[in-house]
Amino acid sequence: MASSSHNLAAPGTPGRVCGTTGLHVCLDAQRFIKLNAVVGIVFLLLGGIAALGLALTRWQTVHLLPAEWFYRILTFHGLNMLIFWILFFEIAILYFACTTPLNARLYSRKIAWVSFLMMLVGAVMTDTVIIGGKADVMMTSYLPLLAHPGFYLGIILVAVGTLIGVFNFFATLYVAKRDGAYTGSVPIVTFGATAAAIIAVVTLLHGAIVMIPTFTYSMGWTSQPDPEWYRLIWWGLGHQSQQVNVCAMVSVWYLLSHIVLGARPINEAVCRTAFVLYILFINLASAHHLLVDPGVGATWKIWNTSYAMYLAVLASMIHGFTVPAGVEIAMREKGYTSGIFGWVTALPWRNPAFSATVLSVVIFGFLGGITGVTLGTQQINIIAHNTLRIPGHFHVTVVGGTTLAFMGLAYYVVPLIFQRDFIGRGWARAQPWIFGGGITMLSLGMSFAGSMGVSRRSWDIDAQGVYGPAAHLWLGVLGIGGVLAFTGLLIFALLCVGTLFFGAKIQDRAMTDWGTPPALAGSQAGSLAHDHYATKGTMALSLVFLACFAIYYFANWKALADVWPVR
Amino acid sequence: MSLRPLTSPWFHGPAGHEKIWLGCALLWCFVMSLMMPYWHFRGKQNSTGEAYTVAPVAYLARAEAFVKSNRVGTWKNQASNNPLLTELPLVEPAPGGDAYLVARMWQWYPALRLHVGETYRLHLSSLDLQHGFSLQPLNMNFQVIPGYDHVLTITPTSRGEFTIVCNEFCGMGHHLMSGKIFVE
Ligand code: HEM
Ligand SMILES: [Cu+2]
Ligand SMILES: [Cu+2]
Repeated sequence: MASSSHNLAAPGTPGRVCGTTGLHVCLDAQRFIKLNAVVGIVFLLLGGIAALGLALTRWQTVHLLPAEWFYRILTFHGLNMLIFWILFFEIAILYFACTTPLNARLYSRKIAWVSFLMMLVGAVMTDTVIIGGKADVMMTSYLPLLAHPGFYLGIILVAVGTLIGVFNFFATLYVAKRDGAYTGSVPIVTFGATAAAIIAVVTLLHGAIVMIPTFTYSMGWTSQPDPEWYRLIWWGLGHQSQQVNVCAMVSVWYLLSHIVLGARPINEAVCRTAFVLYILFINLASAHHLLVDPGVGATWKIWNTSYAMYLAVLASMIHGFTVPAGVEIAMREKGYTSGIFGWVTALPWRNPAFSATVLSVVIFGFLGGITGVTLGTQQINIIAHNTLRIPGHFHVTVVGGTTLAFMGLAYYVVPLIFQRDFIGRGWARAQPWIFGGGITMLSLGMSFAGSMGVSRRSWDIDAQGVYGPAAHLWLGVLGIGGVLAFTGLLIFALLCVGTLFFGAKIQDRAMTDWGTPPALAGSQAGSLAHDHYATKGTMALSLVFLACFAIYYFANWKALADVWPVR
Repeated sequence: MSLRPLTSPWFHGPAGHEKIWLGCALLWCFVMSLMMPYWHFRGKQNSTGEAYTVAPVAYLARAEAFVKSNRVGTWKNQASNNPLLTELPLVEPAPGGDAYLVARMWQWYPALRLHVGETYRLHLSSLDLQHGFSLQPLNMNFQVIPGYDHVLTITPTSRGEFTIVCNEFCGMGHHLMSGKIFVE
């Protein structure tokens, strides 16, 4: 007889004990982690195939696709990547974060099915409409552009399905607490996931507010919503959902640095406060997509850019410090103490989950964060809006940051949840570097071409007759980086799917280790717990980061000062 | 431990390196948030979002009237690279006066001739979809939305031929949509 308790350790609960970590795994959660993760990876692959076409078309010398297909595939890429891949994988992360760490059982299998099926049906519906040529409107579908109703309906289904999944997450947290499945405070990973889930609710409500009237308009039932209103609310969805991704990504950073090295947050209170800052100060950040829009005043733009943004930026700057600091402490406690950076050389660079984490932190921080804050500065946006600088920015946040972190996570999720060891381990070790390197090149190509005025979402730049050889060169860098990134993505997808079929079964033994640095003789875990000056390397790196940030930021003000005065 | 609930007390304030970094980061965020109001008052490039609601037909009528009374000639495209941009009326607004640009699939109408150092009130609006006003090679970008008369008070400070590119997706001719501004 099944137990009514939601405590996993209770007798009769459908669970198992992990052979690697010794933690309890809820079999329901396990099933839905599998389903959502696999479907997510399939959408990633679909979006990736589209990405290859896009990169090879924007590379003006190759110019692969015809115009119509370029725009169609661009719409397809944006939705499959930013919405479907990310949301499915995030639901998998949520189901993990509310069960195993809390020793809890997933609240409801039925609800998980409903959520999963709605999302799947919605995503397939939207994709079918796009590929059928009925929705060449980009993922933003700015009114008065109008797509087939199925396009909006699909997106609404995905959004509602996600909300239902998020509800299952909260319900699981609630019953875990109620049934006393755990004592104490939830771990940082669950805390971060909760922050992500809270923001997701706000985000998805914006999605409903904007998509439902657009859907009814597309059916001819209601009149057209105002296009500027649409932009304001749509970006309440589009921008805030990026904060969901950031929360999820940071949680994965904490999780992986812990799994690989035993790292812990150097200060739980500060790290948790930083997550709360995300929740509180992102709500009006749709502002920085409207910085050069009509009808939105300067005061509103400035206020919503800085009040909302800079405390959220502070939060990222906190995590950007505490994650490497945790790693540094863990390494020093293991005995790697030489000099400022001795611990860095001893890190497990060949462990793909770890290299993915480090690359994610570095790419997100040094490239994504710095460009994001700068481009989102009210006036600087004048020299960046809708140029390739914008995709240049978000491919180093949601791709080089979030997607890469999620890939890193998969190197543990697949063995631990699917209970199979990875095939092609040599390829796996190289994969984060290929993907990270490719995305960095892609982003640099986009950013520099964008600085030369090349616009985003444009099939061709030659008819305008204003772009010289330098712009073409950077588009070439974009193209080569894109091919490289696609290669990395393909290796990842093939390894994951291949492992599901051909990976050696694990059952109750431990997974094959990816490589972790051993503790040296004489070292002692926890020995630096009270030394607040042990993170010299991280401090140095953080100051370098701040210097880069300041240089890039003020260089952009300088560039702005060179254009025509405008009010 | 990041994966198991915390059972011992975990609340303590920032200390040491962490405290130093928090201070630096907070200070930097503060500097950045002051830069924008500072530039609003002391800098020359700002997007105030000045706009008025206008029906597309009314806007077109205003623009036509502007073209009629200020037309100084016809600009013909010598380059043959763009089939959608062959010729446009060339219009010279009065210094300090209003200039109208119409965005529509897939053209910026008309071509403008401005004078360096003079200030103009440049009106932007669309007759159909959203478009993106992107002035090249300067790289100044503004959003153009149907129903909104977006007014830029602009002062050209460099001479030459400038191309207006459309940088908001507006259908299959999007990449061909362009216009001209000449500054003397
Ligand atoms: C192999 C990896 C990838 C490559 C080579 C790639 C390449 C590109 C290219 C060339 C564009 C078109 C830029 C333009 O012309 O405006 C684009 C747009 C975009 N990409 Fe990617 N991308 C990759 C992965 C991703 C991932 C993983 C995500 C999200 C998680 C993503 C999100 C987007 C979005 C949201 C757009 C904008 C679509 C739009 O303008 O409507 N990309 N990408
Ligand atoms: Cu246009
Ligand atoms: Cu356009």
